[in-house]
Amino acid sequence: MTPDDEEIDWQVGPTVPGARRPALLVLADGTTFEGEAVGWAPPDGVATGEVVFNTVLSGYQEVITDPSYAGQIIAFTCPHIGNYGVTPDDDESLRPHCRGIVVRDLARRPSSWRSALDLDTFLVRHRVPGLTGVDTRRLTRHIREAGSMAAAFGTASELTLKEAALAEPGTEGVDLVASVTTERPYTVGDGPLRVVAYDFGIKRTILRHLGRMATVEVVPAGTRAAEVLARQPDGVFLSNGPGDPAAVVGAASAIAGLLGQVPVFGICLGHQLLATALGGETFKLKFGHHGGNHPVRRLETGAVEITSQNHNFAVADGSLRRADVTHVNLNDGVIEGLRCRDAPAFSVQYHPEAGPGPHDARYLFAEFARLMAASAGSGGSGASRASRASALPGGS
Amino acid sequence: MPRRDDIRSVLVIGSGPIVIGQACEFDYSGTQACRVLREEGYRVILANSNPATIMTDPDFADRTYIEPLTVETLAAIIERERPDAVLPTLGGQTALNLAMGLHERGVLERFGVEMIGASPTAINTAENRELFHRAMTEIGLATPESGFAYHLEEALVVAGRIGYPIIVRPSFILGGAGTGIAYDEDGLREIAATGLAASPITEILIERSIAGWKEYELEVMRDRADNCVVVCSIENFDPMGVHTGDSITVAPAQTLSDVEYQHMRDAAFACIRRIGVETGGSNIQFAVDPEHGQMVVIEMNPRVSRSSALASKATGFPIAKIAARLAVGYTLDEIANDITNETPASFEPTIDYVVTKVPRWAFEKFPGIPDVLGTRMQSVGEAMAIGRTFPESLQKALRSLEHGRLGLNCDPGESAYDDLSDDELVRRSAVATPDRPFHLEAALRRGISVERLYRTTWVDPWFLDQLLLIVEARAWLAERGSQGGFSALTRLEWRRAKRLGFSDAQLAWLWHVPEAAVRTARLACGVAATFKTVDTCGAEFDARTPYHYSTYEDTDEVLPSDRPKVIILGSGPNRIGQGVEFDYCCVQASFALRAAGFETVMINCNPETVSTDYDTSDRLYFEPLTWEDVTNVIEAEQRSGPVHGVIVSLGGQTPLKLAGQLPPELILGTSPESIDLAEDRERWNDLCARLGIPQPAGGTAATFEEAAAIVGGASEASGASAVGPVGGSDGSGAGEGGAGGIGYPALVRPSYVLGGRAMEIVYDIDRLRSAMAELAGFGSLGREGGLSAERPVLVDRFLEDAIEVDVDAIRDAAGRVVIGAVMEHVEEAGVHSGDSACVIPPPTLSSSTIEVIEGHTRAIAEALDVRGLVNVQYAVQHGEHQDTVYVIEANPRASRTVPFVSKATGVPLARVAALVMAGSSLDDLEAAGMLPLPGTGGHVSVKEAVLPFDRFPDADTLLGPEMRSTGEVMGIDTTFGLAFAKSQTAAGDPLPESGSVFLSLADRDKAAGLRAALRFVELGFSIVATSGTAGYLEDNGIPVETIVAKVGEEGQGVDAVELIRSGKVQLVVNTPRGVGPRADGAHIRRAANVAQVACLTTVAAARAAAAGIADRARHPFVVRSLQEYQADGQQRLEL
Repeated sequence: MTPDDEEIDWQVGPTVPGARRPALLVLADGTTFEGEAVGWAPPDGVATGEVVFNTVLSGYQEVITDPSYAGQIIAFTCPHIGNYGVTPDDDESLRPHCRGIVVRDLARRPSSWRSALDLDTFLVRHRVPGLTGVDTRRLTRHIREAGSMAAAFGTASELTLKEAALAEPGTEGVDLVASVTTERPYTVGDGPLRVVAYDFGIKRTILRHLGRMATVEVVPAGTRAAEVLARQPDGVFLSNGPGDPAAVVGAASAIAGLLGQVPVFGICLGHQLLATALGGETFKLKFGHHGGNHPVRRLETGAVEITSQNHNFAVADGSLRRADVTHVNLNDGVIEGLRCRDAPAFSVQYHPEAGPGPHDARYLFAEFARLMAASAGSGGSGASRASRASALPGGS
Repeated sequence: MPRRDDIRSVLVIGSGPIVIGQACEFDYSGTQACRVLREEGYRVILANSNPATIMTDPDFADRTYIEPLTVETLAAIIERERPDAVLPTLGGQTALNLAMGLHERGVLERFGVEMIGASPTAINTAENRELFHRAMTEIGLATPESGFAYHLEEALVVAGRIGYPIIVRPSFILGGAGTGIAYDEDGLREIAATGLAASPITEILIERSIAGWKEYELEVMRDRADNCVVVCSIENFDPMGVHTGDSITVAPAQTLSDVEYQHMRDAAFACIRRIGVETGGSNIQFAVDPEHGQMVVIEMNPRVSRSSALASKATGFPIAKIAARLAVGYTLDEIANDITNETPASFEPTIDYVVTKVPRWAFEKFPGIPDVLGTRMQSVGEAMAIGRTFPESLQKALRSLEHGRLGLNCDPGESAYDDLSDDELVRRSAVATPDRPFHLEAALRRGISVERLYRTTWVDPWFLDQLLLIVEARAWLAERGSQGGFSALTRLEWRRAKRLGFSDAQLAWLWHVPEAAVRTARLACGVAATFKTVDTCGAEFDARTPYHYSTYEDTDEVLPSDRPKVIILGSGPNRIGQGVEFDYCCVQASFALRAAGFETVMINCNPETVSTDYDTSDRLYFEPLTWEDVTNVIEAEQRSGPVHGVIVSLGGQTPLKLAGQLPPELILGTSPESIDLAEDRERWNDLCARLGIPQPAGGTAATFEEAAAIVGGASEASGASAVGPVGGSDGSGAGEGGAGGIGYPALVRPSYVLGGRAMEIVYDIDRLRSAMAELAGFGSLGREGGLSAERPVLVDRFLEDAIEVDVDAIRDAAGRVVIGAVMEHVEEAGVHSGDSACVIPPPTLSSSTIEVIEGHTRAIAEALDVRGLVNVQYAVQHGEHQDTVYVIEANPRASRTVPFVSKATGVPLARVAALVMAGSSLDDLEAAGMLPLPGTGGHVSVKEAVLPFDRFPDADTLLGPEMRSTGEVMGIDTTFGLAFAKSQTAAGDPLPESGSVFLSLADRDKAAGLRAALRFVELGFSIVATSGTAGYLEDNGIPVETIVAKVGEEGQGVDAVELIRSGKVQLVVNTPRGVGPRADGAHIRRAANVAQVACLTTVAAARAAAAGIADRARHPFVVRSLQEYQADGQQRLEL
């Protein structure tokens, strides 16, 4: 028995002056955490989802608005959350898709010249329930040992929450992409190239990067290869997104239809889907990678990049026949990047666009541009595009 | 890239004595470096003049040179040792400047020594303000608008262009010496002059003042494969305008959005790459405009710094250790993260707690110096605390400071702000002072808004709101808990209070109940401290290193253990009187006990130290040293396994004063009962009388009337205790003052203090009255409760012209006593022992006197039933036939001199004492070869104090019974003169070789001064003297070249101050005595301080200086390692 499994007496007393409403977090295995309700209050006092922990020290707004967290409750290991408020500039999507947040201390008064709103109000506005005052370190250690799991939290009774947690399906085998992808195509950016970007839950920061090098046509997750090729892109981008790659209907076969036709670059879920299209297998990590400090080795140069990560699934080692591993996680050896041997396609598991996180891997966007330029030069696409590409700014 | 095989030996340069701006953080970094380099198989040669450091223990290097840190000395060491490389980035600014000196003088090139860690070009670009400014502009980073000046007129022109207020920063300085903010031309003239003088290259940067901007620091590491990581971000609570060493700082940064933080991170990497620091750590400071977000680079340190030590402790990422590995060729990904063991060092720590550092100042030691903080660092130490939230860590840090506060107000100390009007409170909080957080709390408590306080202080509203949370909680706690209501508080209420960092002592004060009652009620509700772990990764991975802090959460992470544990209480923040010496003792104890099979547990709150390195002990608790916090740790450790005991006597006064409150059966070593026996004046007097050991006459008093009665002759009041001569047959110290009293001069000092705080020698009744008033009033003591029968003042006959002697000894349970050393002080009794130079072996004491001293020491150790270390201080008065040895005081604990004695004699006193306390006998240790006999043959060791007067140019440099030194240096050589001369050079006041000596002597010193003057004349010096002294010297046949006017006799001769300022004097000897001259000489001493001319304030020191100059002229300059000296000593013993 580790000290974390000790019995805790949860008798809840009268409200303490200045405190919010007492609430509980109950995991599917019955483990219970005490806290206070913040953010949006669900009418039944119950919020459910798969609870994961994120270790970023800054960037809570980007994390909360990242569509990849669909279906999940985010527990922040950094104790003070909300200190600098929120600003529309930092939204990664139109609205948060996560099921809730769990923190040690939600700031009462934000302070930043950039802040437009406090985080608590933002959560209420976007119907995101929250829990504060939680021993998030105990929660993190528990998830680390027991793995990510379904949970419920709120002001409802412990019994109700326990039942809700057990009824929560989790993320494995569930197609969460369908709930976050765009309904119809749209275009952003004004760069010289033309990129079609699959929206599996795409982040705005990625679009900002792509938009600088290309006119980006964002298409729904279910778009078929032929429809994409009909748009005559210089390259296709496979976005990040939530959940299990194996559950995303039709994506892998569409990608298989694009390989060799047009340069492909994938990030996160896009990386897993590319691997799947290449015949690789994916699996669920015990508690995933969610943070901004993961060391990744770029095998080509040996250099170490500090990367932003957010995924629960990963590409299985040894399952790739048509691709080389290009990047490896130095903490646990997980495959972080691959390059297809017989087609112009590559992908990374982490987030070179940052938002939030370090900028160490931004060179990958330039690499995508170079790949598109090279591919345009080698025929198959118009010469005009090659000249467009040469107008690109180099490097990151 | 594996380690470099082309280098085999490395010279590590230490940082020398502890001074303001450069404290024991460099002992921590240097110790780590030495350990790592030896682990890697390199031959390590260490140079450092500071004997109190752990790194200078002969075990840490192959060759340890305790020699003055000058370019000449280092050149001699290099010539002798021929190292392949020099590592200058772990010894602070001192090491960096010395390495640059060696480079510029061609020493490195001549002996083929490579500078590793940072290249001369990189150091120059980072340190030279103009080059730095240009380099930053080149990579597109903004720096505040600025210009350089090399003389005063230029400074005025540049300032005119930029506009006031402007900030002045001298190049190549440490701790902001010579910097300041000028608001107008007059201010600039003064500050620029100081700044130009402070810069070794007479260059100052004049910069647009951005006071009020938010201040940040990033700790960055880079390896030779160009991998860069940020170890830690730090945000200053105090905005720009206060030196970061004097600011309250918080890690991680709290009010930066990710967009801003990543922008800063990119800038930091661009900076380290452009400056060209190829491997190792750097600290880069930024300022951010709070209104618009503009970011500028302030400065960069291309080396390990004080902030690196803080960042290492704050994150668990050992910057110095890794910097040393990177310097010899490793890359970050080749080095394992010690804490997780599984992940590499090429990552960025994430932390799930908040770290707050609060500086510790010593303004009470420097009367007349305003306690206003600015761009020049003035603090002497710091405390760090870890909590899950900022309020918790701030309150823990404030109660760690050892200045009598229990947290953020809510204690007796807050009454100081009660009488201030609201406006006055706001006005005071607008000025950065040590009291600022307390002022802010008081202001918020009165309902003054966060907005108003932000507009006046520029402290970020987030921080202010966090303070407001504490204020609000206090209000409901006061209401709920008063009149016994606290026993009805719920579990959630208790938890909420404790999570905001309230100590039980604060609550006890709030509710007027004993602290123990608060603890009992709280524990009855099930609210107990839980211990979490510092693990570099926010719990993502399993941590192997038990580095803990307390907080109030659901569960605890302390793992069970079967081995018997010894808990060592550390010494808390550095302050004058309690510095690295005590950390040395605690660390040595931990090493010795670990080797003996115990599991050691360290509790301390000083981030600069080796003791708070997670490698030093088996377990580390970063906690305040209060009864509550220490008890929490003891109980947690008792839950996890057997606790053999607690060591309270190695960390100075801080842990010692807890001794009485801890369970007596757990105290290892001398019992609390014996400790009290030595401290309690009456019982101590009885003991000395019983042993027949003479004491200076004296008594205790709680009022002026009582004190006057002790001194005698002036007051009919009574009530004083223990008047009259005590002990001894001779009793010569008593009765001279008439009326049955002890007479003047008298030494007045509070009981239970360390470092002679508020000690004074009084020569008449008026001064006695004012001294007593000062002690009783709201001074440093007032905060701790003022005077009372329990905390009286000691009034003793002051023995003039006595030699002060210190003895460190160890006694075991079987009663055997080993004398570590008898040390003779250079300055006579009356100068605080910590400020006095002292010598091993004693140069002037006869062997019979030494025998008497040793005999007394054994008798006292026996009578006190000492188990472990004891320090006894004596005053020796030369008589016609024999000397009289008076005992001044005995302290059954580690003293400040333990490390010096260990280095001078080769006996590891602290290690031996720790083992004795844990139950070993001295016989056993001797049999096991762990107790070498003192190797005193062949060499003389001199310890000299280093005083911070360069930081406080307005302070009087006169030495007295109040300790004011921040650190110490050691000189070793074959004669007293040579060793003394080395110690003076090491202390930064080298003795002149020729020129003029300025003598201004008090009447009583004239006879003794005559002999010194004669020596100086024989050595070829010319004499300058004040009229009285000159007359005496000339009457006795000594030629005086220049006669200087006394104060009040202007026009009678040359002006003393002008003479010193003009550089015509190379050495000043000014010995004030009594009331008049003590005040008179102040202007002379001040002038010497400002002009940086060595100034001696005792005739004894003047004689020692003459001996040093004479010996130096006769002998060649030789450097020699400690290992060689100690081997010689042992060899002599064997013969």
